[in-house]
Amino acid sequence: MGEAASFRSLLIELFGRLTNGVVCRGAGRRMRWGMLAGVLAGSLLVTNAGRLQAQTDCLGCHDNAEMQDASGHSVAVDGKTFNKSIHGTMKCNDCHQNIKEYPHPAQVAKVDCKGCHADEAQGLAGSVHADSKEHPCTSCHGSAHSIFPKADSRSAVYPLNIPNTCGKCHSNQGMAQKHGLASVYPKYMDSIHGFALSKEGLLVAANCQSCHGSHHILSRKDPASPTNRVNIPKTCGSCHAKINDDYMGGSHGKQMAAGNVKAPVCTDCHTAHEILHPTESAFRMQSTPICGSCHKDKLSTYRDTFHSQLGSLGGYVETARCWDCHGAHEILPASDPKSPVNKANLIKTCGACHAGANASFVQYQPHANAHDRKLNPALYYVRTFMNVLLASVLTFFMIHTLLWLIRARYNQIKEKKTVGGDHE
Amino acid sequence: MSDLEQATVKETKPGGRFFQRFTREQRYMHGVLFTTFLGLAGTGLPLRFSESIWARGLAKGVGGFGAILFFHKFFAVVLSIAFLIHLKEIFTRGILHREKGVFWGPNSMVANWKDAKDLFGHLRWMVGLGERPHFDRYAYWEKFDYWAVFWGMIVIGFSGYAMWFAPFFAHFLPGWALNAALVIHSEEGLLAILFIFSIHFVNTHLRPDSFPMDMVVFTGVESEEEFAHKRPMEYARLKRDGKLEARLGEAPQTWQVHFSRVIGTIAIVIGLTLLVLTLTAYFS
Repeated sequence: MGEAASFRSLLIELFGRLTNGVVCRGAGRRMRWGMLAGVLAGSLLVTNAGRLQAQTDCLGCHDNAEMQDASGHSVAVDGKTFNKSIHGTMKCNDCHQNIKEYPHPAQVAKVDCKGCHADEAQGLAGSVHADSKEHPCTSCHGSAHSIFPKADSRSAVYPLNIPNTCGKCHSNQGMAQKHGLASVYPKYMDSIHGFALSKEGLLVAANCQSCHGSHHILSRKDPASPTNRVNIPKTCGSCHAKINDDYMGGSHGKQMAAGNVKAPVCTDCHTAHEILHPTESAFRMQSTPICGSCHKDKLSTYRDTFHSQLGSLGGYVETARCWDCHGAHEILPASDPKSPVNKANLIKTCGACHAGANASFVQYQPHANAHDRKLNPALYYVRTFMNVLLASVLTFFMIHTLLWLIRARYNQIKEKKTVGGDHE
Repeated sequence: MSDLEQATVKETKPGGRFFQRFTREQRYMHGVLFTTFLGLAGTGLPLRFSESIWARGLAKGVGGFGAILFFHKFFAVVLSIAFLIHLKEIFTRGILHREKGVFWGPNSMVANWKDAKDLFGHLRWMVGLGERPHFDRYAYWEKFDYWAVFWGMIVIGFSGYAMWFAPFFAHFLPGWALNAALVIHSEEGLLAILFIFSIHFVNTHLRPDSFPMDMVVFTGVESEEEFAHKRPMEYARLKRDGKLEARLGEAPQTWQVHFSRVIGTIAIVIGLTLLVLTLTAYFS
């Protein structure tokens, strides 16, 4: 039992004894008695010290769950919860600073958290959530009287609770449209990070603030934001360190390091919020066009191959996609001896799927262009031959059969027969 | 079968006499051929046009791509076996038993000078410049159908197996041949599909002479009137040699006719549907 409540019952008992030893225990009455006792105690204190000193002074009234102000807003404080919260040891007027004595003015000044939390307030001031009317501290940290440390599972900013806390706004289509943002909460919850967090309860799983930060959240367009594309490898790399090293050693990472902001970063292939496990068919289906959005000629020649034809239909996810041959993070040009598509490594790379691949097998061109006579002459002539064959056979028989049809129908009508149009 | 049904069948086939054109084995062979061909076309087209919406829908419908590829290979193996049985039969009849007329003459599928003359004669007749040629047992377009399938079996089959067992075939084929295999396989497959579902369907089944389908490949027999009309040279030759009666067959049972109609209609409807899908995918 909280200090305040025990103190209150002591007062009730005292008061009861004073009034002929009657102790009232009915719920409704008890509350009234409690209030009366509180008021009495308050006035005693006021008389004695002239100032409000302890939580109990206020909770005497405000612990009543139904207490409302003149305009009908609840002004109740759950003393028990507050007592255990991170601010539980503080006095009420440490925050409600304009209340010095009882009775206090009807208008109570808004609590300003930055009095103590100056750094956080400063961070927030420059962030996307700077508007304190739309984003008061309590919108993330929860009710002011039940704030817990972030390592406490009751906290609204406990790692496992963060997606729900942010999702209160960021799953809202209306708000998403208003600010031109996507409704990211459902996407995140279905992602590999969301699953790790919500299903496995992994505290280390990336939650919103792992990437976006907490108070000083900046738009991804801001160069200082951890979600700005230039900073993404570092942000993801804070957990995925090995992959970040691989990426920085590959062509894409080197381009990015050299200042080419168009070079792909983690989120270009993996997306930001809908990150799937790379072996999942949905991921394998969606990623080839992403590579192809830059490597257009390579996508179009890949499209002509059996790998793509099989792969495009979905379901059969084992067929080679870009990264199965080129690598995923440390992508290197074929001329680099470390590249899996370097000539010296092809038997191993192709052999990963095609058991028994030999030197002749790996001469297969996964990006052959049958339209290019200079690059793939044999293929070009094979295709040309097949096309001529197809066109000539079909053209000849189209004409032949159409003429036949017309003539046969003509005879049929002429001879008024139901069958045997060819009769002469 | 009721008497009434018997009477109806006889009414639609006056003359009463029926002549054997295809043996039971040949009809079964055609059955296996068109069943596996429809299966191969139905599972191959989604691959050829894997970017189109219907291809993905179809693939999903049969259980994803794994299933499509499985069925494609399954039909391919069945058709290959049928082809090998046919080759064995030609070998046994033509080479081991030295049966006359397998490689030449009116009963052979091998093209001859008359076929060339018939083609030009037929074309002349179509534009009203002459008499219609008198066709023998196998007309030139029928021989073309046969050899198209024969050539297709070798070309599509070989390129298909080369892709299926690519690392094995790479022992004796250069790398670019594996690239060529897909081009050949898909182009030849496309040709086969377009040819069968438009030209063969019309030439053999949908033309006014046989509309809506030529039943002879299902029942094995055709009426005397049909025989004399469609293959006058063969009819006249058999009559002259007194061999006509040896070719007499039994009138088809009503259930046979109905069953064949249903099967044939299904095949033609599937074929025409695939043709439309192919054309829409090809031109989009």
